[in-house]
Amino acid sequence: MKAGSNRIEAVVTNVVAVNELVKRFHFERADGGLLPTFSGGAHIVVEMRDDEKTRLNPYSLMSSPLDTRDFRISIRRDDVGRGGSLFMHRKVKPGDRMVISNPVNLFSLDLRAKKHLMIAGGIGITPFVAQTSQLAAGSGNFELHYAVRNDALASYADVLKERHGSRIHLYRDDSGETLDLARVLATQPLGTHLYVCGPAGMITWVRNTAAAAGWPAERVHFEHFAAPQPGKPFDVRLAVSGVDIQVGEHESLLEAIEAAGLDPPYLCRGGVCGQCETNVISHDGKFLHNDHWLSEEDRQSGCKIMPCVSRFEGKSLVLER
Amino acid sequence: MTMLSRPVYGVLTPQTGKNHLLIADADGASAITDFAKKAPPGFFASAEIMYLDGPDGAKNVQALKALSPARFYQGPSIAAALPRLRQLLAESHMGLRLYVAGTEGLIGQIVQIANEAGIEYTAVQTEHRGSLARRVQCVHCKGITENVTTQPCTCAHCGLLLLVRDHYSRRYAAFQGVCINAEDPTEIPPTEEIFR
Repeated sequence: MKAGSNRIEAVVTNVVAVNELVKRFHFERADGGLLPTFSGGAHIVVEMRDDEKTRLNPYSLMSSPLDTRDFRISIRRDDVGRGGSLFMHRKVKPGDRMVISNPVNLFSLDLRAKKHLMIAGGIGITPFVAQTSQLAAGSGNFELHYAVRNDALASYADVLKERHGSRIHLYRDDSGETLDLARVLATQPLGTHLYVCGPAGMITWVRNTAAAAGWPAERVHFEHFAAPQPGKPFDVRLAVSGVDIQVGEHESLLEAIEAAGLDPPYLCRGGVCGQCETNVISHDGKFLHNDHWLSEEDRQSGCKIMPCVSRFEGKSLVLER
Repeated sequence: MTMLSRPVYGVLTPQTGKNHLLIADADGASAITDFAKKAPPGFFASAEIMYLDGPDGAKNVQALKALSPARFYQGPSIAAALPRLRQLLAESHMGLRLYVAGTEGLIGQIVQIANEAGIEYTAVQTEHRGSLARRVQCVHCKGITENVTTQPCTCAHCGLLLLVRDHYSRRYAAFQGVCINAEDPTEIPPTEEIFR
């Protein structure tokens, strides 16, 4: 997919402080029309032009798929991240023009399910806000378990409770409330699909607990966008283009390739979708794979890298790009 | 090159789970007793065996009961067992693992019912033992003919002479049968018994 066909000129129509860490941003088309259709679980990539630097970060849509007059995303401020969330929190104001991508869904509901069991941790609630709206409109059977630190940081817990009542189960860490996952898993009817979105540790816990309880892997869906990790700068030769680049400490390999004027394919920019998979022609050093895409065999072979989130340390790296 | 839809079967292998349902007919019983040798200790304490014994199942019944499953059901045929199976699946929870061993017709029909109940075919352990007789759906009248062993076969419903294809429908749990002499019904190709 070419970035050119994937860009929507949008206007920020509202910025709402949801709580001390989370802000919600509303986007409408600059030309006033309807935005593209999407399904619950989809994300958009937001282009952030911050002086010299352009960041492209993925965020789950949390507005109802039934209403495409605007797109809404909620962003948790990360004070020690690469700066995308801080830029959104500090600099973006209603009336600003921004470029967003078409929606892409890598975390869609399996509508063959007899029931949807959803597990959310913290800001991982956002795709479920959209999915529960979609399911409620079609009388879909679902149950959402949502773990938060405390009431003050329980983004949208009130809204979800109001919309969906007893289908929503809230667990507040500061009140000592914990999700008895093994018990919840054991009481689900045949044909239930499980979805989890939240911190990496929570996703691992849910996947492992489900596997131990006899849930087939194809019934367990998860989404975790890995933010690109900073690291030591490294040099890369892009053999097809004949370009040598350096990847900076706070820059991803994908961003460095784009900064060199290339237009490589991407969708999620979070190590999930596989779109930016790049062949390695030669290397002398070690890969720091941070994606959820490559198989263990791929990693062992040293023949592939996901430039959106993964890095390299060593003498030389030549990519087929 | 076989057709992609042609089912392939494996060897029953113990799965992680809360409960286990093992279903077999005829020689499928031996697949379960073989499976028992590699099952973890205590496996059958959370397992039910449904055995559809056919005419000479008495000694198999003894061997299966000797595994001490939590529940044991014995019935004369798939059709007789279906209401019970449907009920059992409707009341089951995630964590139930399903294993089917025996004739191709049994495996197909159990996979079909399991799918309706919310267990995908990829999650069902299957092992083929015994007859390869086919369930054939006539693509013309839609009737299903059971226990087809010949090529071609005669549709038990509309009487057309059918070429039995490897094209398989999981939804109908049947192979597709297509009229073999539509151009000239007087042309009768030789009949061979090939699905034993």
